Amino acid sequence: MHLLVCGGTGCRASASDSIAEKLKAELAANNLQDEAQVIQTGCFGFCEKGPIVKVLPDNTFYTQVKPEDAPEIVKEHIIKGRKVERLLYVDPAKKQKVEDSKHMGFYRKQMRIALRNCGFINPENIDEYIARDGYQALGKVLTELDPQQTIDIIKKSGLRGRGGGGFPTGIKWEIASKNKADQKYVVCNADEGDPGAFMDRSILEGDPHSVIEAMAICGYCIGASKGLVYIRAEYPLAIQRLRIAINQAREYGLLGNDIMGTGFNFDINLRYGAGAFVCGEETALIHSMEGLRGEPTNKPPFPAERGYMGKPTNVNNVETFANVPPIILKGADWYSSIGTEKSKGTKVFALAGKINNVGLIEVPMGITLREVIFEIGGGIKNGKKFKAVQTGGPSGGCLTEKHLDIPIDFDNLIAAGSMMGSGGMIVMDEDDCMVSVAKFYLDFTVEESCGKCSPCRIGNKRLYELLDRITKGEGTLEDLDRLRNLSHVIKDTALCGLGQTSPNPVLSTLDNFYDEYVAHVVDKKCPAGQCKSLLRYVIDPEACVGCTACARNCPVNAISGERKKPHEINPDICIKCGACYEKCKFDAIRII
Amino acid sequence: MSHIKLELKPEQVAKIKEICKSFNNDPGELINVLHRTQETFGYLPAEVQEVVAAELNIPVAKVYGVVTFYSFFTMLPKGKHPISICTGTACYVRGAEKVLDEFKRILNVKVGETTPDGNFSLNCLRCVGACGLAPVVLIGEKVYGRVSPDGVKDILKEYQEQQ
Amino acid sequence: METVKLTIDNKQVEVPKGTTIYKAAKKLGIDIPVLCYMELHDLGVENKPAGCRICVVEVEGRRNLAPSCSTACIEGMVVKTHTTRVINARRTVMELILSDHPKDCLTCPKSGRCELQDMAIKLGIREIPGQEYAEMSTYRKDFSPSIIRDVDKCIMCRRCETMCNEVQTVGALSAVNRGFMAVVAPAFEQDLEKSPCTYCGQCVAVCPTGALTEVDHTAKVIRAIADPNKTVLVQTAPAVRAALGEEFGLKPGTLVTGKMVAALRQIGFDYIFDTDFAADLTIMEEGTELLDRLTRFLDGDKSVKLPILTSCCPAWVNFFEHNFTDMLDVPSSAKSPQQMFGAIAKSYFAEKLGKKREELVVVSVMPCLAKKYECQRDEFKVDGNPDVDFSITTRELAHLIKEFNINFEELPDEDFDRPLGESTGAAVIFGATGGVIEAAVRTAYEIYTGKSLSKIDFTELRGMEGIRSATIDFNGLPINIGIAHGLGNARKLLEEVRSGKANFHAIEVMACPGGCIGGGGQPLHHGDSSIIKARMEAIYREDAGKPIRKSHENPYIIKLYEEFLGKPMSEKAHHLLHTHYFNKKKDVYIK
Repeated sequence: MHLLVCGGTGCRASASDSIAEKLKAELAANNLQDEAQVIQTGCFGFCEKGPIVKVLPDNTFYTQVKPEDAPEIVKEHIIKGRKVERLLYVDPAKKQKVEDSKHMGFYRKQMRIALRNCGFINPENIDEYIARDGYQALGKVLTELDPQQTIDIIKKSGLRGRGGGGFPTGIKWEIASKNKADQKYVVCNADEGDPGAFMDRSILEGDPHSVIEAMAICGYCIGASKGLVYIRAEYPLAIQRLRIAINQAREYGLLGNDIMGTGFNFDINLRYGAGAFVCGEETALIHSMEGLRGEPTNKPPFPAERGYMGKPTNVNNVETFANVPPIILKGADWYSSIGTEKSKGTKVFALAGKINNVGLIEVPMGITLREVIFEIGGGIKNGKKFKAVQTGGPSGGCLTEKHLDIPIDFDNLIAAGSMMGSGGMIVMDEDDCMVSVAKFYLDFTVEESCGKCSPCRIGNKRLYELLDRITKGEGTLEDLDRLRNLSHVIKDTALCGLGQTSPNPVLSTLDNFYDEYVAHVVDKKCPAGQCKSLLRYVIDPEACVGCTACARNCPVNAISGERKKPHEINPDICIKCGACYEKCKFDAIRII
Repeated sequence: MSHIKLELKPEQVAKIKEICKSFNNDPGELINVLHRTQETFGYLPAEVQEVVAAELNIPVAKVYGVVTFYSFFTMLPKGKHPISICTGTACYVRGAEKVLDEFKRILNVKVGETTPDGNFSLNCLRCVGACGLAPVVLIGEKVYGRVSPDGVKDILKEYQEQQ
Repeated sequence: METVKLTIDNKQVEVPKGTTIYKAAKKLGIDIPVLCYMELHDLGVENKPAGCRICVVEVEGRRNLAPSCSTACIEGMVVKTHTTRVINARRTVMELILSDHPKDCLTCPKSGRCELQDMAIKLGIREIPGQEYAEMSTYRKDFSPSIIRDVDKCIMCRRCETMCNEVQTVGALSAVNRGFMAVVAPAFEQDLEKSPCTYCGQCVAVCPTGALTEVDHTAKVIRAIADPNKTVLVQTAPAVRAALGEEFGLKPGTLVTGKMVAALRQIGFDYIFDTDFAADLTIMEEGTELLDRLTRFLDGDKSVKLPILTSCCPAWVNFFEHNFTDMLDVPSSAKSPQQMFGAIAKSYFAEKLGKKREELVVVSVMPCLAKKYECQRDEFKVDGNPDVDFSITTRELAHLIKEFNINFEELPDEDFDRPLGESTGAAVIFGATGGVIEAAVRTAYEIYTGKSLSKIDFTELRGMEGIRSATIDFNGLPINIGIAHGLGNARKLLEEVRSGKANFHAIEVMACPGGCIGGGGQPLHHGDSSIIKARMEAIYREDAGKPIRKSHENPYIIKLYEEFLGKPMSEKAHHLLHTHYFNKKKDVYIK
């Protein structure tokens, strides 16, 4: 028997380390350490209900486990063979306990290729990776295929870059392979910076060898002997696991000189990002690795021609690499049978926001947003109404009800005014103000703009200021036209992908929620009740019983009134903090 | 810009030199050098940058240009208990802004500042990937999930009582 | 050469592979506006961060607009440079840039010569939408002795950063901060005075806006002239006369020596003298020092430092005081001509006038910003009174002439006053790279060999090549000469000397590309390096037309030694005409 304890960052934050320790101790105390093994794995994806403990072989899925539950799990499940009912996952729709995780709505529609090993193996043990066909793809490539044949497989598979752009991976490799140079580089972009996406980190934490193996395969294809992983310094666990994995691979002769006795040399080193979203752009990333400010440069020349240290460099992101070994092993036809016409395979999404099942999911391309949100995601939290889903992070846009049934792929999302991006998917409900959401993303872009080109440096600031005015009720209809023109010009003229996509949250909300903008600028109202400046708190004298709870809790003494008589809020003093609204037991506080 | 005057002791200079040397005094390793230096000193005051520049043989203006480009690097010392609020989208839609406001209000500092007693510093960070726990707050290494504005006071109390 | 064919605005053009759209369009006579882009062809400098995005054009098949300055032409490309989409984009981007730019054009030192202003006119900007609530990025103003940084006006074109780092390798400036607050500044956004800045002024020379300008001393000069208790002397550097005319619409390379003198007289200076006189004096001292070191070296004196380095360029002096602190005894100890002039004016000439030094005001007109800093160095003061009171640039002089309502072009040619106004052709060529060493060779050769030169022009020492070398035959003794202009080239040459790779007897260094004619105080060339070349030709033309072309033959120099100094390197000469250097390297903060 195996007890898999999630060791992803989310679950570790809720003490999953000590759960594993307690389980081990409990097994040892019962002399069961040989019967059942505790393994700390990478992320299971179902972060909403973490920490997760999964028992194999029966797929029992325990949610929100606490360290003090360990004795019961061992005593009941391991010794007596009875499931701990109270820890089982309850299907929110059917209100039934789910015994086998395969029957959970969250997992049913998922298809795991990039995440194939996350939650199954101990990422700190290379043997477990090898036991699940690890490094077989590398072996196959080195012994049976020449670089061009390998590139052809990747090309035929239809794999496209998962970092955001969606450029065909095989073609990228081919260009890099054709450029002659004494030294070339393979770079793995692990500077995941999209606020609300954490798939790259989960892959590196849960299955670091899949990336190492793929980078070696890429090195073989393009003729590079050096690999670099550019990873966010804020990911200590991923860094630690990657380091362990690299060392193990070196010990096993899977990195270093003369890999598998084939004469192929390849090794990997780490470079650390230091908190700059723009470094997700490949030229900026390369400058950052060279010790410079992470400012992008005009393309061409592309990195495949002149990249790190002026040498041909192939940059792919973590998820892209994680797809490579299965493609080599199972074939291009298998991979291209999954997905839509122009977007093959699967995509990992970080599902978050106002949704029941927050977590990391991997789904075949072509699945609809409706399936993702309402089946996998379990629908909207607290029974509220779905309003929008934001995909693609700061580069993407907000999609609405009318987009729920389009099949998700690179091109459809762009056509709908959003994009795939790195795979953040944030669900919003009726309480979310779309102007504020656009402002949130612009705030991020302003913060993260490198400042090199004027449209991005100044233009995004001006977009933010316009949105800020609108949320404060100071906007005009003319401002909406300015927003649109400015957005189009920034997209058209900005130097890199960051600026070329940063107005998307504005444009997509303007397109899909124009009425909400108009409500802000004409009626001076925020329909979602989010924009403080546009709200007024009043007390309904009919409902108020004069309990004084509101007056006592008002931090600025804006509420007056005698005990047992209706109270009043002085709007000149009120700071709209909402404390009275929270405290009133009689629903007498109205927001208008 | 740092206004804090810091005079380096010989052993501190030696430490920086040692870090630079471990990267072969290669200017291309500037960011790695700065990471290691910040790990050692907690922050990167002007004097430290001067030494790094001299050792790597690059203009100190360029070092400063890099330090001010990356949000991970700081020229101000962090508080004893560095507080980081996740402002990733998932946390945002689940109310991170209100939590941040509450920290600002109680500690009476702005983002990026440290309380006068040096106990707390307040910062924002992007997605920590614990979206299931949104909104998330980190104090040092400890993660607090599903934080509400009401809960802020209690969280801070844990640390204030330690004094 | 491989070429590509493309279509720009429906016109076919064939260009070498790698040519940018901007240059291909230029070939067709199509003018694409550029702002951050700058090319100094003869210096091999190209600044193209593709940052301003004004030069964008439409390329068929491309999703977004392409920056023409840095997008290479591709076979079959179809480009449109002035569509409505392009024009709307350019205007909007320009409005954005202006929305973060101060509007104090009326009092801005760059007004009228500002590339941003020109662009606003060109693109027909009439208003900046939303200006009233647009936040501006603001920074502390920095007043150094030579350069004012008002980076509220910085548009991040990065030209100064390119000049300071790639061309000059000074490294005082870098892009700092991120996003809206990104700007070019010294380390820690401190003042230039605390940085390794040499005040060469090349950043000022290329800045398209009023972000980097010179410290203006014209008001102080006017006040001094107006003061009845002061006798105001002016000295003019050799490079000024070859460029001043440009400010009055004359063709680059027009010599305006006589008109310049006439204008200075009209402005009201009491004595119009020439820095060239002091340049001849410099040759006497520096040439003698060279011969002295050389003779001792040949006699086997191991303590002698060779090569001797020229020291007339104050930015170069600042540079080696920061960067070659182990070699401070290598440069010649001779002061620069500006300072030699001041020292002689306030001693020898003051005596002649029967006035105290405090009653004299010495003004210098220089192509240079570092001279402003040089003249206020403590070692060039006597009891707090500087040898040279104010140094103004060629640009400031042009401004004074205009302010005094002088019709420059109509002025008659006038002559400098005596005795400090007489000079030789050797002094004039100080203004161009290689000129100082050529002047020194003319004198040193004749003194060393005792023979008269059959050919005065040493063309092997001239040119625009960044680093040059030549060997001159001193009657059987080969003298190896090195020349560098631009501080980046100087660094390269000095590093070779330091490592023992190079074997020179004498080296001339000028901080500015082209020498003083390309100085930071000259009329702005706006990226056109053919202007620098034209000025150089003018300098050599002036030399060729001079009756006396060797410094040691200047009769007033001979008289100065007879009456006052004794002989070159005498004790008195040492006291007045030589200096010493300081270690300015920041110690690495140990306490």
